[in-house]
Amino acid sequence: MTHQFLIAGFGGQGLLFAGKFMVNKGMLEGKEVTWLPSYGPEMRGGTANCSVIISDEPVGSPIVDHPDVLMVMNRPSLDKYESAVQPGGMIFVDSTLIDRRVERTDVTTFYVPATAMASESGITTLANMILTGKILKELGQFDEAGVENALRKVVSAKHPEMYEINLKALTMGRDYE
Amino acid sequence: MSKVLMKGNEALAEAAIKAGCRHYFGYPITPQTEVAAYMAKRMPKIGGVFLQAESEIAAINMVYGVASAGLRAMTSSSSPGISLKSEGLSYLAGADLPALVVNVQRGGPGLGGIQPSQSDYYQATRGAGHGDFHMIVLAPASVQEMADLTMKGFDLADKYRMTSMILADGTMGQMMEPVEIRESAPNQYDKSWAVTGTDMKRKHNIVNSLSLDPYELETFNFERYERYRKIEETETMAEEYLMDDAEICVAAFGIAARVAKNAIVEARRQGVKVGMVRPITLWPFPKAAMARAAGHCRAFLSVELNMGQMVDDIRLAIECSRPVALCNRAGGIIPSSEEVYKRIMEIAQNGGADK
Amino acid sequence: MIVFKKPHALTDAPLHYCPGCTHGIVHRLVAQAIDELGIEGRTIGVAPVGCAVMAYNYFNCDMVEAAHGRAPAVATGLKRANPEKNIVFSYQGDGDLASIGTAETVHAAARNENITVIFINNAIYGMTGGQMAPTSLPGQVTQTSPYGRDVTVCGYPVKICEMLSSLDGPEYLERVAVNNVKNVLAAGRAIKKAFQNQIDGKGFSLIEVVSSCPTNWGMTPDKALEWVEEKMIPYYPLGVYKDRSAGEGK
Repeated sequence: MTHQFLIAGFGGQGLLFAGKFMVNKGMLEGKEVTWLPSYGPEMRGGTANCSVIISDEPVGSPIVDHPDVLMVMNRPSLDKYESAVQPGGMIFVDSTLIDRRVERTDVTTFYVPATAMASESGITTLANMILTGKILKELGQFDEAGVENALRKVVSAKHPEMYEINLKALTMGRDYE
Repeated sequence: MSKVLMKGNEALAEAAIKAGCRHYFGYPITPQTEVAAYMAKRMPKIGGVFLQAESEIAAINMVYGVASAGLRAMTSSSSPGISLKSEGLSYLAGADLPALVVNVQRGGPGLGGIQPSQSDYYQATRGAGHGDFHMIVLAPASVQEMADLTMKGFDLADKYRMTSMILADGTMGQMMEPVEIRESAPNQYDKSWAVTGTDMKRKHNIVNSLSLDPYELETFNFERYERYRKIEETETMAEEYLMDDAEICVAAFGIAARVAKNAIVEARRQGVKVGMVRPITLWPFPKAAMARAAGHCRAFLSVELNMGQMVDDIRLAIECSRPVALCNRAGGIIPSSEEVYKRIMEIAQNGGADK
Repeated sequence: MIVFKKPHALTDAPLHYCPGCTHGIVHRLVAQAIDELGIEGRTIGVAPVGCAVMAYNYFNCDMVEAAHGRAPAVATGLKRANPEKNIVFSYQGDGDLASIGTAETVHAAARNENITVIFINNAIYGMTGGQMAPTSLPGQVTQTSPYGRDVTVCGYPVKICEMLSSLDGPEYLERVAVNNVKNVLAAGRAIKKAFQNQIDGKGFSLIEVVSSCPTNWGMTPDKALEWVEEKMIPYYPLGVYKDRSAGEGK
């Protein structure tokens, strides 16, 4: 079993962090994982993305050209990557920030108003983790122990409050229908 | 120690520290700046030296100074910065000093771009600086190898008194994978040639690359190349992947090899007998592995992030006995696994004739 | 009774310098300072590219030959490798220190790198046969300024002590000359102080020695010394340009 995630949006939306959380979770579960960010000036304000692969087999290329799971947090990213998703794949859309529907009919699409949910709950910067929670839920991978262990890996021990609000965001995503 | 997730650049830096390197000199340049940032954080805590030099030229010369004193030293940069260091690389070779230099390559020539590239292959394997010399060139293809080859690079540098270069690319530096960094005391090598002060107990040591007597200079060159011959015999490294029954041999290193692996798996699913020789040392080039491949493969496909700089090395290794095709992208673009797959299938169908 | 002998820090190798060249005097002053301070066993010298390229044969301490202009960077590496034990000095000419190696010089000074720099300013490239140096005087005739240094074309000489004294970094900057006995004695004191500063951990000390090059100036040795007095010193005034510990600066 291999999942190829592409997480895309604006720089500053926590895309790389969401990816880091996912690979840590995969690694703790004994999977083979890779995480590869786009880098350079386009990270500042333009589109940024992060390739994450979680697999039972050793990973060849760390570059995700055709994700089976696409998470998008801005319109340009949906425009750019919609066609790249594997048939039968899943697209997770932040519907607060993206004003159009997915055109493909051979994929499953989930619309989550993550940015609005985050700001209403006073965790404005954590729309990324709300979407991540939803992804884990739909993949059948939202086991609480696994989520908590992975979160401890990526949130600095110096900021215990960050752990709490990230967990809250993940849970909100899980519970969103 | 269990595996931890690290970026390639950071794994490399931590491995250098584990290998006993306590002196790092560098200058900021994308996409290797994490190495400097990591060293800036770690070195002061372990009694080491991190110094941001005024230039790449100064950085390599500071390495020259520390290496002269017999300690492990390193610098890292990316393509344009390595060009600036080439003077220092030549002097290190001329003075027979061990050092570790990292090139996290980006697209060129000139200021080029900042996306991953392998276009410094010629520079690393042939033209690192003026004069007759080689560096040991190691090409990691995973974060684990970023760490392991860094440690190996320090050992080889000390063993043969020369520069080891880690020739990585932006992808290897930026990607994160689980890695286990070996905990072992660094190997010790004889460094009685080092300048540490005579203590009035011995004749002065001189670290030098000048010989105005051409006969003497010739002797030094011959001796150095004798050492290189030994390295070619004993230190060449390559990974052979699905080569036993292969009829087509892909040759690729670094990120290109990772991409090619996907394509090879897919082609095998279609019944095409294809394998890969992945050079881990680019100098010395794995000639024997390539020659073995030529024994049962009818064609070669070199996959590179440049204009085909490795192709001639393959041709030489197999004495032009088989066609060598090229699947490449340049300027910072990585060929996709589909592109590589397509080229493999073309070769499988046209019997290997070069186009 | 021995009244005069070669300093121990100098080897027995015969110097290759031209007759009347002042490198020999400065070598002796450096060696004398090393002897007097008793630091030969822990000193490492860095030789430049230029006439003093083979200085590594002349000093009994450990020596490193650096690339052209890079001696301060190499010295930085050496000093950082063994800061408690080793005393590190570089010995550089004007092309090396003030032209191709300007960046290395300025930044070692700015870092207050705890090294000693001996800078020979003779206003010419000697080793390559008499070309214009960064310190050649306006109007000075050289192989590459055959009609005299034209400042409208190639600019003005670089005054290293004045330039570096504008930095907060360096500990000690002094310009001396070796054209007469009085000046030689003063130069010896300055060089010794530059080493003492390093021993005391005070930081970057640079001694600029206004020197002569009879061969490439096309003069007899005594005429060259007169030229130092009449032309060089007025342009490059002697004195202490910075002595941070003493709170002095020009």
